[in-house]
Amino acid sequence: MASADPSRVARLNADYARAIDDDRLEDWPGFFSESCLYTITSADNHREGLPAGLMYADSNGMLRDRVSALREANIYERQTYRHLIGLPAILGEKDGGTLTETPFLIVRIMRDGRMDLFATGRYLDALVEKAGVLKFRERIVVCDSSRIDTLLAIPL
Amino acid sequence: MSASDLARVWPDATLTRVPYWLYQDEANYHAELRRIFEGPTWSFVCLEVDLPHPGDFRTTFVGELPVIVVRGHDGSIRAFENRCAHRGALISLDDHGTAKHFQCVYHAWTYDLEGNLTGIAFEKGSQGRGGMPPEFSKAAHGPRKLRTAVVHGLVFASLCPDAPSIEAYLGEEILGRVARVLRRPIRVLGRFVQALPNNWKLYVENVKDTYHASLLHAFFGTFRITRLTQGGGVLVSPDGGHHASYTIDRAEDRSSTAYRDQGIRSEHQDYRLADPSLLDSVEEFGDDIRLQILTVFPGFVLQQIQNCLAVRQVLPKGTGAMELHWTYFGFADDTPEMSRRRLRQLNLVGPAGYVSMEDGCVGGFVSRGAAAAENEVSVVNMGGEGTESAETRATEASVRGFWKAYRRYMDH
Repeated sequence: MASADPSRVARLNADYARAIDDDRLEDWPGFFSESCLYTITSADNHREGLPAGLMYADSNGMLRDRVSALREANIYERQTYRHLIGLPAILGEKDGGTLTETPFLIVRIMRDGRMDLFATGRYLDALVEKAGVLKFRERIVVCDSSRIDTLLAIPL
Repeated sequence: MSASDLARVWPDATLTRVPYWLYQDEANYHAELRRIFEGPTWSFVCLEVDLPHPGDFRTTFVGELPVIVVRGHDGSIRAFENRCAHRGALISLDDHGTAKHFQCVYHAWTYDLEGNLTGIAFEKGSQGRGGMPPEFSKAAHGPRKLRTAVVHGLVFASLCPDAPSIEAYLGEEILGRVARVLRRPIRVLGRFVQALPNNWKLYVENVKDTYHASLLHAFFGTFRITRLTQGGGVLVSPDGGHHASYTIDRAEDRSSTAYRDQGIRSEHQDYRLADPSLLDSVEEFGDDIRLQILTVFPGFVLQQIQNCLAVRQVLPKGTGAMELHWTYFGFADDTPEMSRRRLRQLNLVGPAGYVSMEDGCVGGFVSRGAAAAENEVSVVNMGGEGTESAETRATEASVRGFWKAYRRYMDH
């Protein structure tokens, strides 16, 4: 299946990272299928099978709501991310989707210039092809650490 | 004596002015650890459900004191200092687990589940040489033991033999407010730690501050999850240290224009959710209380925001840092639909919470804003000077209550 081509998955991840890091958050929900699951959890919670997420969206509308809340409602100091996303491992097929695991590293840059290694972890993804475009049907963001500095505003 | 030492007094016979040195002074911070966290107070250490079987343990802190909380062979829960009696190393290096006994990795001294020193490696020496003196008493050496108490599934610990019973410490009203939420067996949904760049008291004040909730948190106000024009109030314990604030759903409040009339940022008339299932809450406690935030002095929070439930443990980490340990939970008998509802509503809280992300940064804003203001004071005057319970949340009574209890423990 074409969707299993690692170079296509890598390109999708590169586009995903650029959308977030360039502050084009409005483009972010477009990387997901209409029915989807996006959560951010920790390796400990994931290992123990605990389902709660720091963010938990089980529809594309909830992803769009996350963006509009960041734009309209929530207060947080100006900050940006720099994603470094590693090469995807193609793990197999399930329910018509391709399962992949991809490591990431995210640096957070605050408005005063402070840079911190904000999060590392892996994306556990289920990818589907919609009209020739790869989309995330599921993206479970498993952070290596359970500890978040100050707040988590922008999606990982 | 320097000028700053001279200024280390409470500025006036009032709780409405709080000096900023309280958040910055190192000596005061160390006094807090001794007099408050290790003093005659109770600290939340874990949930009872975290330790289902004998030998199950978790490690945590009471203030900065590392502790092991463990269920013993007799089924009761005990806590002792996570410090080897020999050279002071941590006895357990795990966050949680199951143990038959504990053994320090440094020199293999061994402890039973009650924290008693039971074994010393090479106690008699080797080939007749070395070893501990024969008069050395294992019974007289061990990590300090804490008292423990379980209240509606919450495990509290106290290092101080003079602390009152947990029931007397909490008082009937606060106990009742705990009981209204924790009526059924709990199921943990997840755990996260939030590192905050501020003194621990700034976070505790923020949680007790009913005045800020719908002003700072636009998400709250916009969706009328809590607004000061809604019914509700704040209950402050007689000693001031504990509180429970609550909102009650009343249809007539939904048409109030007070926020718009005052030009308050938190009202966005045109802001609508694409997927409102986030706000699909159900009445599960039978009393129309939509939101209840409860604190136990010094650093415990029990939160019910609609169907979104969590406990939070405040751990001080120096004058300018703290950790907030979140445990999200539901109930063991939740239907799949209810579980999903809770998972969605958990978007409201935690480090990425629609309504609580601001609480993560506002303590840092105060720390930075007041960095050079050690001899200046903040104003805590909403609703007057008192610490009494009130039928409004446009008051800072529970923040003043915190300082009332604080001054008593600290002898300020």
